[in-house]
Amino acid sequence: MITLSDVHKAFGANRVLQGVNLTIASGTSMVIIGGSGTGKSVLLKSILGLVRPDSGMITLDGQDVTAKGKSGADRDAFLARFGMLFQGGALFDSLRVWENVAFRLVRGAKAMPKPQARELAIEKLRRVGLKPETADLYPAELSGGMQKRVGLARAIAAEPEIIFFDEPTTGLDPIMAGVINDLIREIVVEMGATAMTITHDMSSVRAIADNVAMLHGGVIRWTGPVSELDATPDPYVQQFIHGRADGPIESVR
Amino acid sequence: MIAGTLGAIGRPALQALAAIGRLGLFAGTVIGHILRPPFYLREFGVALLQIGWFSLPVVGLTAIFTGGALALQIYAGGARFNAEAVVPSIVAIGMARELGPVLGGLMVAARVASSIAAEIGTMKVTEQIDALVTLSTNPLKYLVVPRVVAATLSMPVLVATGDAIGIMGGWLVGITRLDFNSATYLKNTVDFLEAWDVGSGLFKGAAFGFIVALMGCYHGMNSARGAQGVGAATKSAVVSASVLILAANYILTELFFTS
Ligand SMILES: Nc1ncnc2c1ncn2[C@@H]1O[C@H](COP(=O)(O)OP(=O)(O)O)[C@@H](O)[C@H]1O
Ligand SMILES: [Mg+2]
Repeated sequence: MITLSDVHKAFGANRVLQGVNLTIASGTSMVIIGGSGTGKSVLLKSILGLVRPDSGMITLDGQDVTAKGKSGADRDAFLARFGMLFQGGALFDSLRVWENVAFRLVRGAKAMPKPQARELAIEKLRRVGLKPETADLYPAELSGGMQKRVGLARAIAAEPEIIFFDEPTTGLDPIMAGVINDLIREIVVEMGATAMTITHDMSSVRAIADNVAMLHGGVIRWTGPVSELDATPDPYVQQFIHGRADGPIESVR
Repeated sequence: MIAGTLGAIGRPALQALAAIGRLGLFAGTVIGHILRPPFYLREFGVALLQIGWFSLPVVGLTAIFTGGALALQIYAGGARFNAEAVVPSIVAIGMARELGPVLGGLMVAARVASSIAAEIGTMKVTEQIDALVTLSTNPLKYLVVPRVVAATLSMPVLVATGDAIGIMGGWLVGITRLDFNSATYLKNTVDFLEAWDVGSGLFKGAAFGFIVALMGCYHGMNSARGAQGVGAATKSAVVSASVLILAANYILTELFFTS
């Protein structure tokens, strides 16, 4: 279980998170929605420790993850439980596609032999809808949507128990988006993983989510099961899910 | 008024001190990681190739022209007091002690500090550094240590090569443009060159290599966001590496050659 309590983060005068409270139960799929620039990516990065919150507490299974002075080994063990798909893919452009996907598999204490890791990488690529030929290309040779899917394959390659997806379907065609939605759902249901997904795509929300949280104005504006999303009277949520230009959310931000 | 003036002096001074502190801390952390596993041998090999091998042409060209010009100048200067015969030994000493390491270092700074800063800076702004962390890989160990070690080890070799090519440049000019006898030129070079002339230059080379890679990595890792951030990081890396090389050269020369 992941809990965030009263998490604040500002970049200079830009107060991005202003007291976020959120709980994600193990084995469930949480989807974060919210306008662009509201701090959704910052929220995920805070949990991983890539961004250090100014105040507040984040715990994983009851343990404070923001605590300072953790040894390298503790931090490795912590991070080994996570996989993350970055919004921009964040592929290593000096490495081939399969080396990106297998990055964690060929390193560390449980490193596997290269040929085996390559096989596994190709299998993961197939699951995100990429042909085996893609494996030997460099990331710069792929389209944006393909890079995104390679990033997804890398995030799930080591079968982590907690996976963060930052806009997994942005830039994909509707069919590929459907494939990815199904894959994320499958990972949660079959592998029992905990997932946190950021998306703007309402069909993704409905396909992936157990629970939904809306981030607005630096706080969680609304959270609840996806079944209650449509019925909630919250004007912010209503405006967002119906994509209306007028409502309480300003269109100039 | 006085407070304003003091502030105008104090603020930049404090900022400079803070920058030196951050840099010192970064250097210390990097050195601390050098001997502790995991070691990334493949990254080290690539860095050796990029920093050492591919810098050979630049360093060689710099050295040959410098050696040649040096021979002409010393010949002309020496002629004023009938000391043209010192050309071979002064060219050799000048190349080995000063010009080999300093010019080699500056050329490598332009070539390597910039490319390291641009590469690591781009990785930073495209979240590749964050991605490394989430894949349980320490960016300092994976990106910085291989480059710093490769630069520190390959610079002395580059300097030695540059010394040899520079001396050859002087010899070429000596026997073609000035009327030196080839055998005498070489004999004079060898007779008056001491081991420490060369050794001190190699030592300087190692220090300059460390500075170049460290500056490239430091500014890349601290790059601001966007293309502009990477551009600024690259510029800062080259400027700071060059200035630090010249400053370190003075300090090392004081240490080595004054008693
Ligand atoms: N490293 C950073 N430095 C400065 N500002 C940042 C940084 N990361 C994010 N921000 C700012 O925080 C805000 C939220 O960003 P982000 O979390 O990426 O938004 P989104 O909800 O679209 O994912 C933006 O205004 C962004 O400019
Ligand atoms: Mg984002």
